[in-house]
Amino acid sequence: MNKEVLKARLEELLPIPSFEEGGEWLAVIVDPAAWDAVARQLRSTGGLDFDFLFCVTAVDWKTHLTMIYHLTSTIHRHTLVVKIKLEPVNPEVPTVSGIWRTAEFHEREAYDLMGVVFTGHPDLRRLFMTDDWKGWPLRKDYEDPVNMIKL
Amino acid sequence: MIEEIGTTELGELVVNLGPQHPSTHGVLHLVITLSGETIKKVEPHLGYIHRSIEKMCESLSYRQFIYVTSRMDYLSSHINNHGCALCVEKGLQIEVPARAGVIRVLMDELTRLASHQLWWGAMAMDVGALTPFFHAFREREAINDIMEETCGARLTMNYMAPGGVAFDLHPDFQRKVKEFLAFFRTKIDEYDELLTGNVIFRGRMEGVGYLSREDAISYGCTGPTARASGVSCDIRKIAPYEVYDQLAFDEVRESGGDCFARYIVRMKEMRQSLSIIDQLIDNIPEGEFLAKTKAVLKLPKGEFYSKVETARGEFGVFIISEGGTTPYRIKFRSPGFSNLSALDRMARGHKLGDLVAIMGTLDLVIPDIDR
Repeated sequence: MNKEVLKARLEELLPIPSFEEGGEWLAVIVDPAAWDAVARQLRSTGGLDFDFLFCVTAVDWKTHLTMIYHLTSTIHRHTLVVKIKLEPVNPEVPTVSGIWRTAEFHEREAYDLMGVVFTGHPDLRRLFMTDDWKGWPLRKDYEDPVNMIKL
Repeated sequence: MIEEIGTTELGELVVNLGPQHPSTHGVLHLVITLSGETIKKVEPHLGYIHRSIEKMCESLSYRQFIYVTSRMDYLSSHINNHGCALCVEKGLQIEVPARAGVIRVLMDELTRLASHQLWWGAMAMDVGALTPFFHAFREREAINDIMEETCGARLTMNYMAPGGVAFDLHPDFQRKVKEFLAFFRTKIDEYDELLTGNVIFRGRMEGVGYLSREDAISYGCTGPTARASGVSCDIRKIAPYEVYDQLAFDEVRESGGDCFARYIVRMKEMRQSLSIIDQLIDNIPEGEFLAKTKAVLKLPKGEFYSKVETARGEFGVFIISEGGTTPYRIKFRSPGFSNLSALDRMARGHKLGDLVAIMGTLDLVIPDIDR
């Protein structure tokens, strides 16, 4: 399915979708509250079949955070980027680890390094950092005078 | 983590494997719940070699950050560098010279061979066969020598640069690679004779660590791990880069999903890599090896994603640029990280000794997982 067909298909499926233009792949912006339902639809709707979540990225934009999910279908070979805008203080988004099992690890990574809380996650703990670590290392305002070397 | 050792209410034993254990090949730490000798749960604890490479890259230029990625999957350093170079080229719309494109593919496939050789030796050692390790390292040495002549390094190559490769091939490159091809063709048959048909080895491999096709997709597995479960996921085939679409080679797939299927996929991939090198070694185009680029690279504002097939699977580079000389945010999608997440699924119900065989066939490189 190419970009235009995919866009038309998503327009009938989602209530009021908003798209972001200019990227290599079609990008759709989803509200955090709607993400769980949308994810289930993307995974199971015939013709879409986004069964493969290959990249989960959290980005700190200083004024807000964005979760970026890269989805693809091993059947149709089309790719979709899902973006979710989050508050900088106590960012919360529903987990998708029940839909794509790989998300369990990727979400733990995003929690560990960016402080995004995934509600409903079965095992949300630090992944790389020690359990008593303070702060979110990949945030732009993070300071660690001991371990960080400024170039 | 020490306090976690002990017994649970059900009389199950909780033990630590690693971070200092020979079979984990690096600093992987597994907390295993055992009932007798049967595995109930495997929980990886990561971060012993976490260097926050993504954070480091935010303060490095688009030429510099490529070199850091050699330190992630150090057995696929060429291919990691390649993925990063492709992403920068995508952002700047740089056309890579034909010669550089072919050199890159040759280097990628030599790297894949060297990586699979090391995997073959180390995995056999894990399940108790010591001899293959020495055979594998002998052959790998020949590749390292070829790399050393051209790149000046044997492990962290740093050879790919935005626009092509950093310097031209060594004059001896073609001759040495051809010698190596003739030499390794006989050796790979020996590999099969030594291990593939061995009854004890097959007993350790067959039916162990089953991963279904659905699980492989759901856990985000890629590379030989997923292809052994029948998933078609070779980036060289489904999203070809450089000259891969002009080459004759097969995507190796098996349907078994067990340790032996993963073993067979990698063995067959070695032969495919040999065939790719064979097709290209006499057809390296003359000309420039590096496109002319500006002294300071600035990616336009936007998001750029590129992916390549490393020896372990799909390696993705995601650059978010704000138009400056350094990336605003960079994300590396490492294949080992997703493959490891399926370990618990594969190991449950098996014996503790089988866990070592499963880890061996997953071909884990810990710096690639921890980043």
